[in-house]
Amino acid sequence: MPELHTGRHPMHSARAWWLLACFVAIAAVMVPVFNLVPDEDSIWKLPDFLIPLFGKFICYAIVALAIDLIWGYAGILSLGHGVFFALGGYAMGMYLMRSIGTEGVYGNELPDFMVFLDWKELPWFWYGFEYFAFAFSMALVVPGALAFGFGWLAFRSRITGVYFSIITQAMTFAFMLLFFRNDTGFGGNNGLTDFKRILGISLQEPGTRVGLYVVSVIALLGTYLACRYIVCSKLGRLVTAVRDAETKLRFTGYDPLQYKLFVWTFSAVLCGLAGALYVPQVGIINPSEMQPANSIEMAIWVAVGGRGTLVGAVAGAWLVNATKSWFTVAAPETWLYVLGGTFILVTLFAPRGLVGLLESVRLRGRADSTSPTGSEEVDP
Amino acid sequence: MSAGARVLDSSRVDTHQGGILYVEGVSVAFDGFKALDDLNLYLDEGELRCIIGPNGAGKTTLMDVITGKTRPDTGTIFFGSNVDLTTLEEHEIVNAGIGRKFQTPTVFEQHSVLENLEVAAKANKRVWSSLFGTTSAVVRDKILEVAETVGLAQTLDRQAGNLSHGQKQWLEIGMLLAQDPMLLLVDEPVAGMSQHEVERTGELLSGLAGSHTVVVVEHDMEFIRSIARKVTVLHQGRVIAEGEMDDVQQNPDVVEVYLGE
Repeated sequence: MPELHTGRHPMHSARAWWLLACFVAIAAVMVPVFNLVPDEDSIWKLPDFLIPLFGKFICYAIVALAIDLIWGYAGILSLGHGVFFALGGYAMGMYLMRSIGTEGVYGNELPDFMVFLDWKELPWFWYGFEYFAFAFSMALVVPGALAFGFGWLAFRSRITGVYFSIITQAMTFAFMLLFFRNDTGFGGNNGLTDFKRILGISLQEPGTRVGLYVVSVIALLGTYLACRYIVCSKLGRLVTAVRDAETKLRFTGYDPLQYKLFVWTFSAVLCGLAGALYVPQVGIINPSEMQPANSIEMAIWVAVGGRGTLVGAVAGAWLVNATKSWFTVAAPETWLYVLGGTFILVTLFAPRGLVGLLESVRLRGRADSTSPTGSEEVDP
Repeated sequence: MSAGARVLDSSRVDTHQGGILYVEGVSVAFDGFKALDDLNLYLDEGELRCIIGPNGAGKTTLMDVITGKTRPDTGTIFFGSNVDLTTLEEHEIVNAGIGRKFQTPTVFEQHSVLENLEVAAKANKRVWSSLFGTTSAVVRDKILEVAETVGLAQTLDRQAGNLSHGQKQWLEIGMLLAQDPMLLLVDEPVAGMSQHEVERTGELLSGLAGSHTVVVVEHDMEFIRSIARKVTVLHQGRVIAEGEMDDVQQNPDVVEVYLGE
């Protein structure tokens, strides 16, 4: 009998820790070195344009982990996580707007879009965003607070399944419409852009780009470890119990509301973090990030990679986005068909995603190699 | 959150007057159909009570109102003389010391037998201690002891979803034991069990009585006869007879309900 664990289960095998360390070494050390050290025309040079692209992928991976936690483990499908991501991005964007100072087109203390709208002073909800620490905490607090309020209302009313998913779609759509309005005070459909510097350093410097990228890798590592810590705790098992038999859990003495609310809010905070790291690297945030389709795409990353595995979610985010980057250059008009088709194929033939596929291949391989007579026992 | 503010545990339940459950004047109607009709039920601490009655008599609804799954339209339900169950949520009632086994066995299918028992075990069941807490050696020993009692000690690492129907029944009973409630409500415990298992269940439940209060709802009259000390007969949401098994069987109302239809 294998060793029986109670309480906290071990997070990783020694081999998995080793693999994780290798990944971090490649992502956080090798990539920056190959970008910064070789000469412009050396074949070893990692092109500059790849750094923000990788940074973007890293942020998407954080989002995928957040969605996997709530969907893969707690069984709650959110089709509105884009709104938490975008709110985190807006909070950071507001800081970056305020850091432009008087270098904008109009040379005014106010952000350009406010001058354009003929506003004379800063709206109250922009106060404090000139401070990085404040803006960064808002990037986490605002999505967290929205998720907490929304989740409390929905979970308390015991709204579950597809109904919950639909409401999350409605939520992100409503926020998109709100942010499209110029009067809302976040730059309308243009959003926030033309950023100049972060923490006093120019965003155009190669060093800044690499720095932001490395910070994102560290954030991804932290997010992954936090998620792994959660799913290996007793709380992790309770959350999957919510997914499988919520009523039973209630009659075992747990309040599912508290458990759902915790993972849901934590998941939203992670998306806020991802959004805050994303915006300085791509240089813009606008309401299209809140499109319902974006949130659906995020769920597809996780479905493709494999729900309830964490690693699968990250792999799914990268695979889908790498394919997207290629397709949107090579054959842009076909991308949505490819995405939809992939989703249908995965749902039909690989409900446990890539990780599930790999596992079943590996299991089959092991069965073949360990028992030469195994072919007789296993049904063809 | 209002839910977290009141942490009850069984030490707060006052049973000095000998009674552990007082159900008084409880009525529940579903779309005009009276599932429970001015029902009264009193349980003494440590007794083993069987509740019988034809289909639709209100047995399961009675369990539902005690455990907070259904709210009574009128009437009061007290656990001990001081805990008003009609104001508590389901999980608070469990933590106050009332455990329930449902008709159809439900276990956490994705988890191992050990994990199922661990989730059920008496512990601080708030988010924070589930995240950072560990399972103490005392609790672990208790879990292993329960596993031994229900005959699952050799299958601790099996995924609960792969157990046989009978084993799931046992696991659910084990989860109830791990919870260590003062009052156990057991709905049809022997459905789908072999004769041998039925006997073991009977012994187990009889053994629990005394240190625990046990309420058994069952259709299997043979089983009832083998364990029953006191029987309550429900019909159309009311108690029509209560007493020793033999007396109850002679009761003309009971005979009419069971044979007259």
